[in-house]
Amino acid sequence: MAQSNTIITKGAEAGTRRAMLAEFWYYFSQNRGAVMGLYVFLAIVAIALLAPVIAPHEPSLQNRGAFLVPPVWEAGGSWDYILGTDAVGRDILSRLIYGARFSLFIGVVVVSLAVSVGIIVGLVAGYFRGWIDTAITRVMDVILAFPSLLLALVLVAILGPGLVNAMIAIALVQQPHYVRLTRAAVMGEKGRDYVTAARVAGAGHLRLMFRTILPNCTAPLIVQAALSFSTAILDAAALGFLGMGAQPPAPEWGTMLAEAREFIMRAWWVVTFPGLAILITVLAINLMGDGLRDALDPKLKRS
Amino acid sequence: MLRFVFYRLALLIPTFIGVSIVSFAFIRLLPGDPIMLLAGERGISQDRYAELQALYGFDQPLVVQYFNYLLGLLQGDLGTSIVTKRPVLQEFLTLFPATLELSFCAILLAIVIGIPVGVLAAVKRGTWLDQTVMGTALVGYSMPIFWWGLLLIILFSGILGWTPVSGRISLMYFFPPVTGFMLIDSLLSGQAGAFRSAVSHLILPSIVLATIPLAVIARQTRSAMLEVLGEDYVRTARSKGLSPARVIGLHALRNALIPVITTIGLQVGVLMAGAILTETIFSWPGIGKWMVDSVFKRDYAVVQGGLLLIAGIIMIVNLIVDVLYGLINPRIRH
Amino acid sequence: MKRFSFAAALLAATVLSGAASAKTLVYCSEGSPEGFDPALYTAGTTFDASSKPVYNRLVQFEPGTTNTVPGLAESWEISDDGLEITFHLREGVKFHSTDFFTPSRDFNADDVIFSFERQLKEDHPYHAYVEGASWEYFNAMSMPDLLTSIEKIDDHTVKFVLSRPEAPMIANLAMDFASIFSKEYADQLAESGSMSDLNQKPIGTGPFQFVAYQPDAVIRYQANPDYWNGKQPIDDLVFAITTENSVRQQKLLAGECHIMPYPNPADIESLKANDALKVDEQEGLNVGYLAYNTQQEPFDNPKVRKALNMAINKDAILDAVFQGAGQAAKNPIPPTMWSYDEEIEDDPYDPDAAKAMLEEEGVTDLSMKVWAMPVQRPYNPNARRMAELIQEDFSKVGVDVEIVSYEWGEYLERSKAVDRDGAVLLGWTGDNGDPDNFLAVLLGCDAVAGSNRAQWCNEEFDALVQKAKTLPTQEERAELYKEAQVVFKREAPWATIAHSVVHMPMRKEVTGYKMDPLGGHHFEGVDLAE
Repeated sequence: MAQSNTIITKGAEAGTRRAMLAEFWYYFSQNRGAVMGLYVFLAIVAIALLAPVIAPHEPSLQNRGAFLVPPVWEAGGSWDYILGTDAVGRDILSRLIYGARFSLFIGVVVVSLAVSVGIIVGLVAGYFRGWIDTAITRVMDVILAFPSLLLALVLVAILGPGLVNAMIAIALVQQPHYVRLTRAAVMGEKGRDYVTAARVAGAGHLRLMFRTILPNCTAPLIVQAALSFSTAILDAAALGFLGMGAQPPAPEWGTMLAEAREFIMRAWWVVTFPGLAILITVLAINLMGDGLRDALDPKLKRS
Repeated sequence: MLRFVFYRLALLIPTFIGVSIVSFAFIRLLPGDPIMLLAGERGISQDRYAELQALYGFDQPLVVQYFNYLLGLLQGDLGTSIVTKRPVLQEFLTLFPATLELSFCAILLAIVIGIPVGVLAAVKRGTWLDQTVMGTALVGYSMPIFWWGLLLIILFSGILGWTPVSGRISLMYFFPPVTGFMLIDSLLSGQAGAFRSAVSHLILPSIVLATIPLAVIARQTRSAMLEVLGEDYVRTARSKGLSPARVIGLHALRNALIPVITTIGLQVGVLMAGAILTETIFSWPGIGKWMVDSVFKRDYAVVQGGLLLIAGIIMIVNLIVDVLYGLINPRIRH
Repeated sequence: MKRFSFAAALLAATVLSGAASAKTLVYCSEGSPEGFDPALYTAGTTFDASSKPVYNRLVQFEPGTTNTVPGLAESWEISDDGLEITFHLREGVKFHSTDFFTPSRDFNADDVIFSFERQLKEDHPYHAYVEGASWEYFNAMSMPDLLTSIEKIDDHTVKFVLSRPEAPMIANLAMDFASIFSKEYADQLAESGSMSDLNQKPIGTGPFQFVAYQPDAVIRYQANPDYWNGKQPIDDLVFAITTENSVRQQKLLAGECHIMPYPNPADIESLKANDALKVDEQEGLNVGYLAYNTQQEPFDNPKVRKALNMAINKDAILDAVFQGAGQAAKNPIPPTMWSYDEEIEDDPYDPDAAKAMLEEEGVTDLSMKVWAMPVQRPYNPNARRMAELIQEDFSKVGVDVEIVSYEWGEYLERSKAVDRDGAVLLGWTGDNGDPDNFLAVLLGCDAVAGSNRAQWCNEEFDALVQKAKTLPTQEERAELYKEAQVVFKREAPWATIAHSVVHMPMRKEVTGYKMDPLGGHHFEGVDLAE
């Protein structure tokens, strides 16, 4: 009985999955902004992957004869440096291209870290309840009581300024969102019939948590992941701007902005472009995130 | 209702203890030694170092330090800044009004623009107006505000010369702080032009700080409105022939505002994070900048006390929001 | 609209001063003072706001130089054994009268004794009047060991008794921590139980008296009407605290302040070109250096150090890091300091020769760490950028460089370790204009594992510097210091990189501003042209 049940479920699962994907894409592609965001995002990914091929210069190559050259369309600009150079004669365009790698890397690492740890902790809290749930919830409350950037700033100060530590700090301050989401979803699903059925059928705790319950809680987590991808990029850039993120000469966009700040009145291009790059990337991801939410959240589909 | 409030208050206690432990522990974990920092390039002898350790109480076991800290806390003593040697609470209280004033103006700006714009977008759903508003909101939501602030300075202070570069009021005006809020103090001072000057100093920082909350509120208002507009009673009201303005203003908006209020409450944390960046960019003498400076100076006492105070404020605001929410929407009380 | 705001401004100015002709000088300072008792702190920003405007010292630095001249002491004698210094105090000097204090008597010997004993004696009521008072500079200059006693001979004569002859003592007494406080004011505060006001509402004898301070925003002073050296030409002095230097610059350009310190090196040319501004400049009393760890292989070999020095393109660093606001350094002391040896020749920039030299010493495939400070200092406005340039330079001679950095306090601490890995970028700013304050402090054997970041102990050098400290005349001392500089250059424990050139942009109407080689900012004698 149990066996035949599984087979049926599996066959149906494959079918539904395909149908779900098709449905997802249908709703996602309805949202023009989301599709646009997706294209821009893919372009940024391509730029990041192909950085060594596209970039006209080495990102850290200093040209001592070309400090603060303006972009090509300004008087004094040249085609060698399309977006101009910075204070030590590095090509801004090349640095921005390589910077895309940092931002995507930050987003990927932070989200994977926050998602994986957050899900486990949230599952444990929501599944077992009791004192362990109380303890976890309190700890998450404590983290949420601090403004995220301030907490990240202090954490990085403790761990030491640098990209890796900045990512750890940001992942940690994003943690509670995943824990809360997972916990709430698990608590909602736990009482459902299919879970009871699985338990009666003799599934262990681990199996119940990860195989039975978790797959049914993924939609809000995916939306949250998309949102926190962009938040991670913004926060990392903010930390870089405050001198606590990636350290020079790394062409991380926020760090570039921090270095460029002293030229704000003299060389607008060193300030403008890195910020624009951050904005475009974050915007593209947020557009996608909106599309994801619309496609995955049935309640909003109606409206 | 009262029970609900007490329950929520009781929940705050363990969180607050947690916050105090975290802020205390964090600071002990900070690498870099404030004594070394004070000594600078000059350095310091071993004996002298030990003397100073004892002077600041750093030589005691952590548990004793924490206990002393809690003891002080209960008496309203948050310790003394290692750098300025002034009481932390006193420094906080001098600087906090500046942050409060800025945050208040920012959130006001965000509400006054965000809600009508969100309602408008919902009502005109699918039109170019909706798309423009929501597109703009998403850009605002995605904005790296530290860069946004720099751009605004370049444009409005640098190129156009319309707004002052930094500070809270022109130096020409001098009056003792009464409330600590420059807008009020400048009016109280009776000096002509002082209020104007205070306002002109507030504009850019408020815009920068308001950007993200504004976008969030506009988006939230729109989606809350959309949901409410689809509800039966709105349809009924409509079918009864009530004017659209009445339907939207009276029935829909009131209900849509419930989730929006929660959103606004949640922006307090966002504002504090934003204040760190905004105050740094505009040399605004508030607690965001104070915290950043203190982290860099390794001023144990200030970072610790500041974290605690800021977390406390956020917790209390969240509590108020919860209670308000409970008042408006009795269903969630239990 | 414009006219309205102008009229309003004029009105406000009139209300503010009560007289239409009041002159207000606005200084855009770079940070908040930590407090107003200079002896408690070590930051120049604090001294600019406290000791410089509000206080005087027995001995003072002649404006614009490092020479000591009479201040509150009109004259002094040193006994033959060098152990007693007798000061004759100026008479008729008045402390400030403000709304929080009115002096009943003139300055006298009691004030001098109070000012030092509070720092010296642990049982003095003012020794711990603020929590954490540690009298840093007093200790750093070894005053507790050096001062045996301070005796009052009569109301206007004070004798300092020392434990050993110390040539730089007079210069020490011109430093900020030696500012003279009013004992009467301190007693009054003690009586009313508000001792900490001594650090918040200062009373001194200086050219300006304190009016009000709003943290992180503004400090206000007004001219001391009874100043012993004559009332100041300006009536009000305002410090507009503006931490961001690009913002300071904007305010200067907008006329919101008259004068500012620490401009962006990158912007100096454009500031100079501005018709409304002028830019004063002076070499700072500092040196920025790269200290090898001379106890670590292969940097224990002077030839390796010399070769690396030859690989550094100082001109490029002056361009990119100092943006021209610096001067290449060849000696460990700055050129404005007496005993500076002009004769010494700097190592030439020659990467090929450097590479050959390294190969000769059997050093190939060398990889090393270069430490870059996380903070901006006068002697090194951007250590990271400097490290990047050195990284490039060294890669040309086959040396691979990894740049490391730590939080500033940790950086200072870790870089002291004898077994530290790598060469450290650091620098020094003089305290009292004495060469001993550079050579002994930074390169003496006693300072190894301390402020001697090269961990360099050379007997020949150390003997010269130690001896110079006991000699009575400047000429004799200068001879030895010059010899010491020759030894230094031969052994090359550091790559001497640069001395900063300090710039002070101000509006054209500011007159009489004198730059201080010691790095302070004084407004005594400054005026605004109509």
